This record gives sequence, C-alpha cells and structure tokens, in this order.
Amino acid sequence: MAKVKPRVKVPKTASVNEVVTIKTLISHPMESGQRKDSKTGEAIPRKIINKFAASFNGEPVFMANMEPSVSANPYIEFQMRVPETGVVRFEWTDDDGSVYDLEKTITAA
Amino acid sequence: MKRTVSLLAGGLLGGMLCTAALADDGRELVIDGETIATTTAAADDHPLSEIISGWRFRSAETQTLQMDDFENPAFVAIEYAEELWEEPAGTSSKSCADCHGSFDSLAGLRAELPRWNEEMGKPATLEMLINASIEKHQGAEPWKWESPEMLAMTALIGLASRGMPVALKTDGPMADWIKKGEELYYTRVGQLDLACANCHEDNYGNMIRADHLSQGQVNGFPVYRLKWGGLGSIHRRFKGCMDQVRATPYTRGSDEFIALEAYVAARGMGLSVETPSVRN
Amino acid sequence: MTVTRREALGLAVGSVAALTTLRFTEPAFAAGDALQDAIMEFTGGAQPGDGDITIGAPEIAENGNTVPIEVSAPGAASIMLLATGNPSPGVATFHFSALSGAQEAKTRIRLAKTQDIIAVAKMPDGSAITTKRSVKVTIGGCGG
Repeated sequence: MAKVKPRVKVPKTASVNEVVTIKTLISHPMESGQRKDSKTGEAIPRKIINKFAASFNGEPVFMANMEPSVSANPYIEFQMRVPETGVVRFEWTDDDGSVYDLEKTITAA
Repeated sequence: MKRTVSLLAGGLLGGMLCTAALADDGRELVIDGETIATTTAAADDHPLSEIISGWRFRSAETQTLQMDDFENPAFVAIEYAEELWEEPAGTSSKSCADCHGSFDSLAGLRAELPRWNEEMGKPATLEMLINASIEKHQGAEPWKWESPEMLAMTALIGLASRGMPVALKTDGPMADWIKKGEELYYTRVGQLDLACANCHEDNYGNMIRADHLSQGQVNGFPVYRLKWGGLGSIHRRFKGCMDQVRATPYTRGSDEFIALEAYVAARGMGLSVETPSVRN
Repeated sequence: MTVTRREALGLAVGSVAALTTLRFTEPAFAAGDALQDAIMEFTGGAQPGDGDITIGAPEIAENGNTVPIEVSAPGAASIMLLATGNPSPGVATFHFSALSGAQEAKTRIRLAKTQDIIAVAKMPDGSAITTKRSVKVTIGGCGG
C-alpha cells in the first residue's frame, strides 16, 4: 500500500484479569533483501519491520523480533491479561528507524 | 498441422491434470455473523451445472483469512480507501464523500457491473466509472488501472455490495459485448493452445499441478492473492492466465478484457459479491 | 541446446550422486550449523529437550508467501521460530511477560519450499524445549 498503516483489534471492555485476544496487522512490504529488481537485476535492499512491542500502562506485555521470513503486511496475534483499566500501546520498528505506533484503551469492569 | 498442435497441447494439459475431489468440506462463508452464499443453481441452458465461488476451491487456511475482516489482509486497503474517499482532489476540491455521502450509498453497484455506458459507448467496469468521476467531477488526474488507489477504491465500493447477488444486465447493447466475451472464453490461445473453458469449465475441481482449479469466477475482485501479497484486479488475473498459456495478453482496460469481464460476470450471475476476497 | 528427457534424468541422477558424495566428505552442513548456532545462542547453550510445546500450521500450504502459523508453550519466557529451508533460518522470536494471557502467538510466514518448522521455547528456569513440524509448500500450476 501507499503508506505504512497499523491496525489493531482490541476489545473495548474486559473483566478484571480476563485474558483477551489481541490481533495486529501493519501494511508493510517486508522487503526480504533476497529479491532482485526484474529490470535492472540489482538486489532490492532489505527493509522490514524488525520489532513489534505491546505494553499496558507502561508495563511490557508482548514483544516480537522479526526476520525477513515474516510475510508482507505482518500479522501478529497474542493473548493479554487485563489487570485494570488502561491503555495498550503498540509499536512497530522499521529497519529505517521509523517507529509506527497506536494506542487503545481497555476498560476493565 | 493445427490439429497436431491441439492434440499435443491437449496431451500436455491432460498430463498436468489429475483428478481430485472438490475440496468441499461443507464449510459456509460466514463473515460477522452474515452467511454469504458461495454456490448457486445454474439455469438449464448454463454451460455449468452449478455455479461455485472460488472460495470453495481453497484450503481451509486460505478460506479462514476471508472469514474475518480483521484477518483479511485486504482490509488495510479498505482503510486506505476510506481516507481517499474523504480527501478533496482536483480543480473542484471535492471529495468522493461530498457528492456520494457514505460509500454505502453505492451498495449494489459492484453487482451490476460491467454496465452499459452510453457516454463511453461501451460497458463500464468499476475502474472506468471511478476514473470518469475523478475526471469529470473532481477535475483530477485519473488513477492507473492497477494503482494502489484504484485497487483500494474498487475494494471499498465492492465491499458495499458484499453478499448481494451478481445481477448485471445482459440484454440491449450488452448482448453483443457478452457474445464477444463468450467467443474469447472459448477461443484457444497461446503456445499451450488453451481456452479459458479448457481449465475453468472442463476441469474445475481438478488439480493443475498443485493448484486446485476453480471456475474462474470474478465475484470476489479485487482479490487479495497470497501470491501477490496484495490486491489485484480482474484484468490482472486475466492477463496472468494468458501469460501462463504463453499467449500475448490483452492490456488492462482493453475492449477484449471488458468483453471477457462482462461474459465471466454473466456466467457467475446469482453468486454473491465477495469483495474483497482472499485467494492463494 | 536440446536436452532430451533421458539426458535430463541422467543429469538429475548425476547431481544427486554428487550431493551424496559431498555428504560423506563434509558431514556437517553449513545450513545445519547456522540452525544449531541460532538455537544455542537463543537458549544460552542449553540443549533443548521435549516438552509442552506445539506448532500449528497447515500440512500443505497453498502458497509459500503467506503461511498461517501458531506456536504455544505454556509457561515459556520466549519462543523462537525457525524455518530450516529458508535462505536464513530465523523467522521470529516472541517474548512474554507477566501480562501475557498465554504463552502463545500467531503470525504469517514465508516458506521458500517444503521444510521443517522448528520452535524452541526458553523456560524461566533456563531449560529449553523444542518441537518441529513439516509443512509442504506446493508449486502452483497457474502463477498468474
């Protein structure tokens, strides 16, 4: 896609200590560094999302280091325990140093 | 000589194909609690005995990707199109939303396409209608057929018709175009000397090497193909098929592909719009 | 140059024979080393054994570009996923915390060919467990 865009699916509410499923996806070509330009024959340099991290009210929840074997538009799904009402923060780190982020609030009842 | 070549190609196709039962485990395509019909009965004079969506020919894993709008990777493009929808463009500084309101107002459009367009003097596909609107009402540069913008917008407008039965008009001036498309569908082309019908009518449900041949229906386009790692148009798929049989493909947006799209859409009449679908 | 079917077969058999000879002269594969190194670096030297660790993946992937995969290892601190037949074996490493609801994750990966997927989990006590699963990658008939 034209630009890098993160998406997440997080429940808006949960009961205290409930375990919820969190789905994430970011639009990104995950250029592996293995491909060659079909016209020039030159290697296309690697450019991937190499790290994904999720935190809750500043506490780490889940982290993934990624290699070029992860598919384009990387999808990650994980489980989180909701101890209280708070904000889940998601960060994706690109090889070029850019960090894409998103925040979602979960209300614990 | 011609006969020999056909026989040879026939043997080649025969060699690549092996019979396999339709991988039909009786699964239903349910998205957000809504069931989308993936088969429909064919009329008595229809060349197919039953009309079947490409979704039914895919493995359970690929099918699953289409059953949840978050897991469906095409929805990244849908979100992009929602932004484009609101973005003012061109000399008019109007956005799509300024005239159309919500994209939902275009529900039903995708199901009726291609549709005769008097001004164009030919059937209009969704790509052609979008560009006509961009040029006429926004006064902006049209999008390329396979551009990220066009793919995203055709996906979004198609989504508005998801679940609705394909119901294009086949009479009046459309009749000639559909007839032309039918001729193309049954004409053998390329070094492998194969027509669309040889694979998608005579051999759907069989394996062509490791691929499960579908009926080649177009009700889910633009489609997110795992192979492409992104969305692609109907005409890109047509071109891919022609490349595979080693024919010189027509170009996207050509009269030939418009006619073929009209005919293939008409063959799939009654099948639900699945846009944006996921295939392998 | 025209190569007949018979000649092509002969060539193929020849190459297999050459490879087999190589096996004897060079018992350790370079790829195998890279794999072993990656595992040892991850576990800090602990040799992984059997345990409660599972990989969920299709038996046959319709397209190697996007293969849905899930790993689970109850109680693990982290799980590393390796694809033995890819140009480099590393795929992803998942790290869990006290707020992880379960020590499991799902993602979608690229597989260059039919191969074994290996998962290694590092446990909080420093031990490691592993499992593997074979995934067949098909070659489509219609690239399109």
